[in-house]
Amino acid sequence: MLRYIARRLLLTVPLLVGISLISFLMMHMAPGGPIGAGTDMNPKATAESRARLQAYYGLDQPLHVQYGRWLGRMATLDFGDSFSPDGRPVAEKIKERIPITLTINVLSMGLIFLVAVPVGVYSAVRRGSLFDRISTVAVFTGFAIPTFWLALLMMILFGVKLGWLPISGISSMDFDSLGTLGKIADRGRHLVLPVLLAGFGGLAGMSRYMRSNMLEVIRQDYIATARAKGLPERTVVFRHAMRNALLPVITILGLSVPDLLGGSVIFETIFAIPGMGQLFYQGVMSRDYPLIMGILTIGAFLTLLGNLLADVGYALADPRIRQG
Amino acid sequence: MSLPPRRAVLPSIALLLLLAACSGGKKESAGKGAPVPDVPAYGDAIVEGSIGDVSGFLTAVTTDASSHEAAGYVFNGLVRYDRNLKLEGELAESWEVSPDGKKITFHLRKGVKWHDGAPFTSDDVMFTYRRMIDPRTPTAYGEDFRQVKRASAPDPGTFVVEYARPFAPALASWGMHVLPKHLLENYPDISKSPLNRKPLGTGPYRFVEWKTGEKVVFDANPDYFEGKPYIARVITRVIPDQATMFLELKSGGVDIMTLTPPQYVRQTETAEFRKSFNRYKYTASGYTYLGFRLSHPFFRDRRVRQAIAFAADKKALIDGVLLGLGQAATGPYKPGTWAYNPNVRKYPHEPARAKALLAEAGWKEKDGVLVKDGQPFEFTVLTNAGNDARAKTAAILQQNLAEVGIRMKIRTVEWAAFINEFIDKRKFDAVILGWNITPDPDQFDIWHSSKTGPKELNHVGFANPEVDRLLDEGRSTFDLERRKKAYFRIQEVLAEEQPYVFLYVPEALPVVHNRFRGIVPAPAGITYNFIKWYVPAALQKHRIQP
Repeated sequence: MLRYIARRLLLTVPLLVGISLISFLMMHMAPGGPIGAGTDMNPKATAESRARLQAYYGLDQPLHVQYGRWLGRMATLDFGDSFSPDGRPVAEKIKERIPITLTINVLSMGLIFLVAVPVGVYSAVRRGSLFDRISTVAVFTGFAIPTFWLALLMMILFGVKLGWLPISGISSMDFDSLGTLGKIADRGRHLVLPVLLAGFGGLAGMSRYMRSNMLEVIRQDYIATARAKGLPERTVVFRHAMRNALLPVITILGLSVPDLLGGSVIFETIFAIPGMGQLFYQGVMSRDYPLIMGILTIGAFLTLLGNLLADVGYALADPRIRQG
Repeated sequence: MSLPPRRAVLPSIALLLLLAACSGGKKESAGKGAPVPDVPAYGDAIVEGSIGDVSGFLTAVTTDASSHEAAGYVFNGLVRYDRNLKLEGELAESWEVSPDGKKITFHLRKGVKWHDGAPFTSDDVMFTYRRMIDPRTPTAYGEDFRQVKRASAPDPGTFVVEYARPFAPALASWGMHVLPKHLLENYPDISKSPLNRKPLGTGPYRFVEWKTGEKVVFDANPDYFEGKPYIARVITRVIPDQATMFLELKSGGVDIMTLTPPQYVRQTETAEFRKSFNRYKYTASGYTYLGFRLSHPFFRDRRVRQAIAFAADKKALIDGVLLGLGQAATGPYKPGTWAYNPNVRKYPHEPARAKALLAEAGWKEKDGVLVKDGQPFEFTVLTNAGNDARAKTAAILQQNLAEVGIRMKIRTVEWAAFINEFIDKRKFDAVILGWNITPDPDQFDIWHSSKTGPKELNHVGFANPEVDRLLDEGRSTFDLERRKKAYFRIQEVLAEEQPYVFLYVPEALPVVHNRFRGIVPAPAGITYNFIKWYVPAALQKHRIQP
């Protein structure tokens, strides 16, 4: 098992280099460049200032040299400095965005699992029942409603009309004067709407998935056997059926690893959350190459890691795979 | 001179929240709350909504509106624009221009201190100038400073610059924020200095904190050379979505923002809203135009361009795009400013005259479409994606032109691709774009025939010897009357030639919570006297302990 993990980890290195090379080329093929945001249509920017800026960022070098430099820095885990005017290290810019994005994603994913698994299981067990039909309609409504619209409606209701929750942002004006508990409560109040909405949109996929897994399992012979043994329905459903139906969820969990650090631009924009989604979007729009490469590399690494974790987790949980 | 056209996508340009950018405004609603003594008092905080985050505080290296606006609280330039958009001294008490116009002598204000207590002297100005021309400074604004032939600081209170030839726009370039030499001299690249994130200047507010993507906080500088500002704290909140910002305004999370026309017309008319907020309205410093590639066989003929100007229904555009909150543009200057010439040729919506001009130019109608030499009058107008106003403008123009038998197709392209693949390569028939109008009327870069190279801004390829001469004349004298004459004539020629169909100038629509008093609208907008704004003691909302 350890050898298997070690081999898989080694394999990720060439994969990462390949992914980064493709990303790098695609990024440079896109029209425009980092200095465009400040110099395009700017009468103060002459050809000379453009040339100076190009040289300043090393953009006057051939592509392979630029990529080589980037790769060389990456080998020492140095993401380089951002091309935006603040010129800060990319690693620092990403680091300050991670906590809030991670919090929201973990909470909303937790919410999805907490709600979707029971809903899926119950819908499968009581297939065709009123509950099944209502929950189906509900989760698909959540899936279909444009979240930005629903978000605005909820902001109007809870923020403006009722005044229960803050509308946007992640902390109140007096945040720094609050005690630890007060800070947690304040942050919590700010996160209620974003987490609820992110969860609502994600319910459909997960609960449907759970339902179909469960339906599959319930049709199996060993469930019939369990029932034939005279086991109570509760034991049959939870001990025998649900545990097996949960197995494929490991795959989903593994594939969700990169999502933990990926933010949604639309969400973060509406709720004014300074997260990864906005950072990446702004990076792309301003052609901030080191930042784009940094985030893509982290995403690629997490994807590969998630796949590996899913495979390992599956092997641990399912004896059939371990032995095979 | 103009800055980049405003875009809706990037946080950068679109905002222009009450930049010194507005003119001749008037207060809309006098919704004063309960009667309280209207006496200036120190204290309270104002929360500004901004759709973009600051990208850095050193304006030499940033180009976006959010950053320049935030930096304005902390830093000063030698000169600035006053309430009437005329240059006045800021860190310079006064200046004089030598009779030949080549030498400017600035007399600096005495007793000004940096926020850390160090004295401000001509050394700081000299240092700023040197950094502006230093290749290690990643700035897009170096050109104005490279025109300087010689700079000197004969004593701590005097700074002298000499130019090879008189250059009127040079004076405004000294509005560039002066940097503290004692804190920056050890950083060869100022963009990498801590000051870019934690600024320290001479301005009315001191920097307190910047939470990336969230907010920036400033506190009043009690030692400010023009007096301590009344409002104790300024908080700029980053709220990228306009609709969210408006909800924050209504629920008290934001005190000042810029409204969109629909918000202004449809969502702020209620009595409840007017009880708490004052709306203002000014002519914005920008215009939208339809520009032709003048080498295009259709548009080479002036009569065709004039015909399109007659076909374009500017009133329908203003009503449809801006909900009536704008005025027809007649040229590249802001109505009401000294360089604006109101008496140029106008193009009212007269499709019949348009048709007559087109017929004169050899276009004949066939099955509803104009044809000449077997070729139908069909072209594509390009504009940048994500700008709703321009997309709507294109749709209305399409209909206007169809009425006179011209088929116009619309294509929207992402900003960077739009600039690099189409504008720079001159691969377009016509474009819908906008320019910001800066207070100095020099527009050499936009209209001079020498500025048609790649990346240069005369992208339509306008070439007119008279305009070339006048542009040169206008920028090479400090004599306002002579400049005015030159720019008036330029506007007459542009109106006649129609290299652009000048479409409309929108209104800027700021809204401020009505506990803030002392706001006096002027051609420069409302924020020029920000340090004089105050909240009467009884109405103060936040208690600020510095």
